[in-house]
Amino acid sequence: MSEARKTIYRYDYRRSRDQKGAAVARRPVVVVGAGPVGLTAAIDLAQRGVPVVLLDDADRIGEGSRGICWSKRTLEILDRLGVGERLVRRGVTWKVGKVFSGDELLFSFDLLPEAGHKMPAFINLQQYYLEKALVDRALEFELIDLRWKNRVVSVDQLNDGARLTVETPDGPYRLDANWLIAADGARSTIRGLLGLEFSGVTFEDKFLIADVHMAADFPTERRFWFAPSFHSGQSALMHRQPDDVWRIDLQLGPDADARAEQEPDRVRARLDKVLKPHVYELEWVSIYTFNCRRLDRFVHGRVIFVGDAAHQVSPFGARGANSGIQDSENLAWKLAAVLNGEGGAALIESYDLERIQAADENIGHSTRSTDFMSPHSGAERRLRDAVLALAPKAEFARRMINSGRLSLPKVYDTPLSTPDEDVFAGTAKLGAPLPDAPLIRRDGTETHLVESLSGGFELIYVGDAGREARLCAPHGIKLTVVGEDLQDREGLFASRFDATPGTAYLVRPDQHLCARWRGFNAAAIARAHMRALQR
Amino acid sequence: MPKLVTASRFSDPDAAYLALVQARRNLTETQAAEFDSRLVLILANHIGDLGVLQEAIALAKSAGQEN
Repeated sequence: MSEARKTIYRYDYRRSRDQKGAAVARRPVVVVGAGPVGLTAAIDLAQRGVPVVLLDDADRIGEGSRGICWSKRTLEILDRLGVGERLVRRGVTWKVGKVFSGDELLFSFDLLPEAGHKMPAFINLQQYYLEKALVDRALEFELIDLRWKNRVVSVDQLNDGARLTVETPDGPYRLDANWLIAADGARSTIRGLLGLEFSGVTFEDKFLIADVHMAADFPTERRFWFAPSFHSGQSALMHRQPDDVWRIDLQLGPDADARAEQEPDRVRARLDKVLKPHVYELEWVSIYTFNCRRLDRFVHGRVIFVGDAAHQVSPFGARGANSGIQDSENLAWKLAAVLNGEGGAALIESYDLERIQAADENIGHSTRSTDFMSPHSGAERRLRDAVLALAPKAEFARRMINSGRLSLPKVYDTPLSTPDEDVFAGTAKLGAPLPDAPLIRRDGTETHLVESLSGGFELIYVGDAGREARLCAPHGIKLTVVGEDLQDREGLFASRFDATPGTAYLVRPDQHLCARWRGFNAAAIARAHMRALQR
Repeated sequence: MPKLVTASRFSDPDAAYLALVQARRNLTETQAAEFDSRLVLILANHIGDLGVLQEAIALAKSAGQEN
């Protein structure tokens, strides 16, 4: 075992203030599960001024099956939460994927061909480093009360909250939450305690996943093989991680013996064929199968499910932890707005609507990828193999090859958006995160659009009538004037947003575009703001 | 409104059929099935219309069921 895998971070259990008296404490928000998704929710809420109790049944990070690919949108969220740059520095940046059939390169793709984005298409980083960065960040907030070795053993729905029983090394205590966020993963305790069922599909195919430590000069890209000579007709995937760690993912088929396949000799025999003549050390091995499924609803009264507790997909496409983090960002501002009275109750319903749209898109992509990688019958395999056979000769066949369509944020069809009355070209879309663009601050320093956003509602106004706009911008909306506060020197903002003088864009606290106009109209802006708050 | 054209379009249908027959000649069952898969993909892409493709799939399925 190498240095990287030994680095498991441990945290101390501490008796909390809520275990002292006989009275049951009541907290505005309790988050269960201090993984990437729960930590994101807690930090985002705390950054918005909401006190959070964060419970985790373990006292460490670093174990279990782990995500490694973090998408651009996830990095933008983590940047807003204060850890994005640290993670990008620590991670391996990549944007090129290659797909092979047999040992022949079929094609490569560039996931972020355009310039002017702060965050890369993807970084690869071991999940324990990401969790460590998030825990470090969470500990900076007095508003976050992070309690290790606090295991929820019962949950009762109240009219206006949830009552928990929490088991600790000092025995159990009770805790009431106005809102309970269940971020407790694929085997969610909260989901089980509420008796909620998943609907979806379980796939039979087994996969071997191995992290190896190895000095190799393979390029920093995602490499996927259909039926390579080194792996007897099945698919294989390779990713680079920091610290000279490589992720190898090998399809084993439905009949593989999960126990036998994890025997080190057996694993080595398989990996030797992939990696020889390189010398490598096994760091971590696991066998997995996967599901594509979700809860019918993510909001159950005052209990809200996020991440794997709410939905699960295959790992091909980086849609698991990434979509969970995007759940948390969608929920955090809405919950904060409801708690401070700015948002209407229906705002929480919009979490359910928007993130179920995202989950369904992810499940759809994931299911299609799986159908392509693991055909269900000889006849289906024949069609798949026909696509692979045509791919070197015909572009259409290359486009059909599906080794995992990599995660992009869902464009929400949502009542929070105000429908366009004017015509807009460009890549900015209603219901989608803003496309990034390089801008210059008043002091001449460089920035990017997404990192410049305040985290609240923001009106981006284009042109030199900023002073007039400033006088009548509705309360509760930060005004940024492109042309005054920020300069679009390269013109990328203008082209991506189809911006012309006088254009105004209303941005949600989660950096999604919710309205835009060719002209400044304070009353229309106020209406769009109320609409986005569901008031 | 159906978009799939089922009226004959080849000026010489016999020649078109012959071309398809000759493409299969001397192929084993497996080879023929593999060939058909490739040909279906090529033709489907040439049509390039999901609605037409779905109509064609439905027609092929229903014709098979009558046998």
